[in-house]
Amino acid sequence: MKEHKIVVIGGGPAGMAAALAAYEAGVKDVVILDREERLGGILPQCIHNGFGLHKLGQELTGPEYAEYYAEKIRKTDIKVYTGTMVTSLTEDRVITASNEKGILQIRAGAVILAMGCRERSRGALGLCGTRPAGIYTAGTAQKLLNCHGLLVGKRVVILGSGDIGLIMARRMTLQGAKVEAVCEVMPYSGGLQRNLVQCLEDFDIPLYLSTTVVKIEGRERLEGVVLAEVDENRRPISGTERSISCDTLLISCGLIPENELARMANITLDPVTGGALVDEMRQTDAEGIFACGNVLHVHDLVDFVSDEGEVAGLAAAEYVLGEAQSKVAVPTVSGNGVRYVLPQRICDQEREIPLYFRVSQPRRNVNLIIKQGDSVLKKVKRIKVSPGEMEKVVLPAGCLRKGKGEIKVEVEV
Amino acid sequence: MKRELICILCPKGCTLQAEILETEVSVTGNACLRGERYGKEELLAPKRTVTAVLPVSNRPDTAVSVKTEKPVPKEKVMELMQLLQKESLIAPLEPGQCVLEDAFGTRVITTCRVL
Repeated sequence: MKEHKIVVIGGGPAGMAAALAAYEAGVKDVVILDREERLGGILPQCIHNGFGLHKLGQELTGPEYAEYYAEKIRKTDIKVYTGTMVTSLTEDRVITASNEKGILQIRAGAVILAMGCRERSRGALGLCGTRPAGIYTAGTAQKLLNCHGLLVGKRVVILGSGDIGLIMARRMTLQGAKVEAVCEVMPYSGGLQRNLVQCLEDFDIPLYLSTTVVKIEGRERLEGVVLAEVDENRRPISGTERSISCDTLLISCGLIPENELARMANITLDPVTGGALVDEMRQTDAEGIFACGNVLHVHDLVDFVSDEGEVAGLAAAEYVLGEAQSKVAVPTVSGNGVRYVLPQRICDQEREIPLYFRVSQPRRNVNLIIKQGDSVLKKVKRIKVSPGEMEKVVLPAGCLRKGKGEIKVEVEV
Repeated sequence: MKRELICILCPKGCTLQAEILETEVSVTGNACLRGERYGKEELLAPKRTVTAVLPVSNRPDTAVSVKTEKPVPKEKVMELMQLLQKESLIAPLEPGQCVLEDAFGTRVITTCRVL
């Protein structure tokens, strides 16, 4: 069995940032394992621009953002194993992986989980009807088009208004396909405002809210879908059905953190985020195992993924260098109007703590309030909030009171 | 007439109020200077950065991603896509290589590496 100080599982934006942060903090024995043939994770297929504005102060495309980090890694002694699939992880940090050379076992001083997400598929949605060709998750169609140059269809309906679906509506339109409609089961879009503008409005693509696909038609190839409006419980309303002819259905209905390895290592997961429960250093409840990026909670912006990778990388370095101290944790909880808060517990109450959370419904002119017991630690005004846009509020250092109990985040209308 | 715009320059997506006055365009609601510029431009002459992929003739099954270095006039976007359909490149390719010199006032360059 090999031994390494820090092993990062996943070489996307979170894993690359984590590995670099750990390396720069003084741990030179860092390894990245990734099942793809190259570093970058999902970024190489995200050819649109808008990456890096916060983090790097420039507007890059996905491949350029990935290259920025990959180039930095090439200048270090960080070892990268591509084409290597991790098949198991234990709580005492033994990793088993497989690649073309065979089976590899590593005992790691610290492990950083950075495996990202997979897309919710047709099967998981339970869509009725036949099973013809022409039904793709938006990300699969994106990879086929942007990495391999293959346009998957000519007349397209998109189910779900997540960012990948919106981006693909524009990409397929630019490439000559006709996008007939984007339908969203919720009464509001799940994507960023700017994507509604530049991907749908720019091309006059209609967005139907509170609408879903109730039937799929066609035997060999998709021939059409039936849309229906839904009530407040998201149940289709009889009599509102209408057919749209199309040869392609793209599904953009959310991302699921790929946490099979975390489960194997008996790490406790948060039922809302689908990721591990972590403290502010992104340490899970398995000592020495950290998590960051979309495997922890789904982000809208890669910039925040890189930030989170750096936090986890630095923490893993402190852990293997023996500088980490265990402290009593204060839990964070979601109050009124908040779906989840991350981190779920705070150990070091002396430092500044950024809290990340999502609201449960879109609202205008609200206050975001962070409380401990009855005392308000911070209050921030927002002109608008939306579940599709992650909120960040920084708690200043030293504002937490020991023994005063949990920290609650809520939306005040 | 006042128009409500969503700034698309960064993912923050500020809601802007923009209005053409007698001698200038007034923009409010922007969090940064870039937003003010966007609001003005969006009313007078909207522009978009275009990204696409092109085939690599000696690498079947591989596409190379490209972008306009600067935003191009919005009404020229489809025309630019038509121009790009005619291009095909030969590997190896490095990021930043010029693909099209004159794309409505800017250049089209590659954004990824193809070995």
